[in-house]
Amino acid sequence: MNNANTSRFFLLAVLLSALVAQADEASWDFSANVELQTRFFTQDAAWSGQESNTGQFSFATTAEVRWRNAENTQRASFIPYLRWDQADDERSLVDLREAYWAYEADSFELLIGSNTVFWGVTESLHLVDIINQTDAVADIDGEDKLGQPMVNLALQRDWGLMNLYVMPYFRERTFAGTNGRFRAPLPVDTDRPQYESSTEEKHVDLALRYSHYIGDVDIGLSLFSGTSREPRLVPNEAGNALLPYYDQIEQFGVDLQYTRDAWLWKLEAIVRDGFAETFAAAVGGFEYTFYQVGDSAADIGMLLEYQYDGRGEQEPISIADNDLFVGTRLALNDTQDTAVLAGVGYDVDTGETFINIEADRRFGEDLVVEFRGRFLSGARPQDLTYTLANDDYLQLQLSRYF
Amino acid sequence: MKFKTIVSLVILAAFAVMLTSRANASTAEEQGFEIAARSDRTDVGFGESEVELKMILRNAAGQQSSRSLRISTFEKPDETVGDKSLVLFDTPRDIEGTALLSHAKILDPDDQWLYLPALKRVKRISSSNKSGPFVGSEFAFEDFTAIELNKFDYKHIGTVDCNGLQCDVLERLPRYENSGYTKQVAWVDQTDFQIRKVEFYDRRGDLLKVLELKDYRQYENGVWRAHLLSMSNVQTNKQTDLIYDDYRFDIGLSEGDFVKGRLSRLR
Repeated sequence: MNNANTSRFFLLAVLLSALVAQADEASWDFSANVELQTRFFTQDAAWSGQESNTGQFSFATTAEVRWRNAENTQRASFIPYLRWDQADDERSLVDLREAYWAYEADSFELLIGSNTVFWGVTESLHLVDIINQTDAVADIDGEDKLGQPMVNLALQRDWGLMNLYVMPYFRERTFAGTNGRFRAPLPVDTDRPQYESSTEEKHVDLALRYSHYIGDVDIGLSLFSGTSREPRLVPNEAGNALLPYYDQIEQFGVDLQYTRDAWLWKLEAIVRDGFAETFAAAVGGFEYTFYQVGDSAADIGMLLEYQYDGRGEQEPISIADNDLFVGTRLALNDTQDTAVLAGVGYDVDTGETFINIEADRRFGEDLVVEFRGRFLSGARPQDLTYTLANDDYLQLQLSRYF
Repeated sequence: MKFKTIVSLVILAAFAVMLTSRANASTAEEQGFEIAARSDRTDVGFGESEVELKMILRNAAGQQSSRSLRISTFEKPDETVGDKSLVLFDTPRDIEGTALLSHAKILDPDDQWLYLPALKRVKRISSSNKSGPFVGSEFAFEDFTAIELNKFDYKHIGTVDCNGLQCDVLERLPRYENSGYTKQVAWVDQTDFQIRKVEFYDRRGDLLKVLELKDYRQYENGVWRAHLLSMSNVQTNKQTDLIYDDYRFDIGLSEGDFVKGRLSRLR
C-alpha cells in the first residue's frame, strides 16, 4: 500500500469508528472468506526467470463490513482484500475492493469512496465495462477487478437510471512478475508506469452511463473520458523489461439485451478514440437455455458469441479481434448449486483455440470448491498468445465463508 | 295491508327466488372463480410488505441445508397487473447479496433481473423457466412469484373438512405458458378464506407435490399471512419448508425500490 492508500485507509477507519459510536438501530453486517488456491501447469515455464516448479500456491482473504443507518438513508461498506502468492511477488496484493459511504434519497444516491461497478451483458468478453482496473494477475479471465476511488451520483427517474462518475485517482493494471507465469519473454516493470497525461495517476477521469429497459429490451449507453485501463507495453531503454503506457482515451459504449422465451440476444459495442487511430469493437451473440433437461432439475445453456476488434497495430493488442466463442453452461439446480461452464474460443484468422472449463460446487453450508482448466493451442510464433503457450493449467480453489 | 303492498312483496319475493336460483345455477367454474376471488381480496390493500424467512431443504435421506432470505413486495391493486417483488439472499454466505427482482405479469412472461454480487453484475434473465426449481428447493419459480388471481381458470369441485374448518376445494388450471403443472387443487377455508393446502399435478397428470400452509396470523391491517409453508415432493420424497418471521407493513417502500438500478445498492 502506498502513502495515499494508507491515509485513505486511516480516514476510513476513523469514519467507521464514528459510525459504530452513533449506531442506534443501525444494522451491521460482518462476513469474511478465506481462499486457498493451487495451480498446476502442464508444461515447464518457457521464459528465463520464471519459477521452475509447475505448482503455484496462493492464499487470499476478504473481510466485509457493511453498515446501514436506522433511517435507511445512509450506508457504508469496507472490504479489504489480501492475496499472497508463493511464486510471484507481483501476484501478492493488498487492495480495498470497497470502501465507501453513500447517501440515499428518493430519487438519487451519492456515493463517495472506492467501489466496483460492472457494465455489460455478454459472456465471452466485457468490452463496455471500463470503470474498474483489471486485476489481471489474479485470473486471466479479466473478471477480477481493483476498487476504483470515485464520486458517483446516481439519478433514478421514470425514464431510466443515470450514473455520473468522477474518478480522481487511477489504478494501474497488475501484471505477472519475473517469477510468474502468463507473461511475455520480457516482464512488465510495474514500478515505472508511463502516462500520456502530465498529471499521471491523478488525472480526473469522467464517465456517464444511462441504463433502462423497454419491454424485453435492456439498454445501456456509456461515455468515458480519461486514462485507458488497458496500457500499451513498450520496451524500456535497456531492453530488459516492458513499461506500461497509459494513454488518454474517450470511449462510447452501447450494450443491448433482448430477452424472449429461453433466448437471450446480446450485443456490446464500443468506439474508442485517443490511441493512434479511432477504432470500433463489438461482441454479440446469444444464449439459449434448455430447462429441466430430460425431466431432471438441470438446465443446459448454449452460448455463441462473435468478437470483432478493429484496432490497429499501434494500440494495446487485443486477442479478441476476429474470434468465435462457443460454450455450454450446465446448472444442476441442486442444493449445492453445482454448475459447469465450458467454452472454446477460436481465432478465425490464426486458428488458435482456447479452451476454458469452470466448475463450482458448494459443500455443506459454507465451503465452495472451484475448478478451472485453461488450455491454449495452435498459436504460431508470431501470435501474441504464443508467449503463453506453455501456460496451460489446472486450478483448484477452496473457499471457506464466515 | 294494502293490496298494492302485497303485490309488491310478492314480486319482490319472486325476484329474490329468481336471484337465488340464478346463483345456484351458476356453474362450478363461476363458483370456483368467486371463491378464489374472495380469498384473493382478503389480501387487497396490504400496500407493501417485507419479511425475513428461512428455507429448510431436506432430501429423501433426511440431509438438511438452509438458506435465509428477505422478500419485499409492492402491491399493484389492479387485478390485471402483477405485483413487484424482490428476493435478497443472506445465506449461504457464498451467495450473500444475490437478489432476484420480479415484475409479475398476469399472462405474459414476468420481467426478471438477477443480481450477482461477486461480479456486481445485473443480468436480465429469461422468465420462461416457470417450472424450474427455485434455488435448489422444491418450490418452482411459478410457486414462488406472486400468485395472481387471473393466472388461473377455476372450478369448484367440492367441500371438505380441513383441520376443523370447512374448506372449498378448487381445481385451478394455469392460463400462462410454460407451467410445469397440468392442474392444481387448492383448499380454501370458508371462515377466513385463506388457502390451506395445494396439490400440484405434473405434466403427465400425476400428483407431484403437496403444499401445506400453516400458522396463519392476521395483522392489524386485516390481512392474513401463513408463517409456515411446507412443500413435499411425493415423487422424490424431498421437502422444503419456508419459515417466516413477522411481516412488516407500511414501511415506506415505493415502486422506485423495485427497479433494476436498485439491485447493486441493496446492501
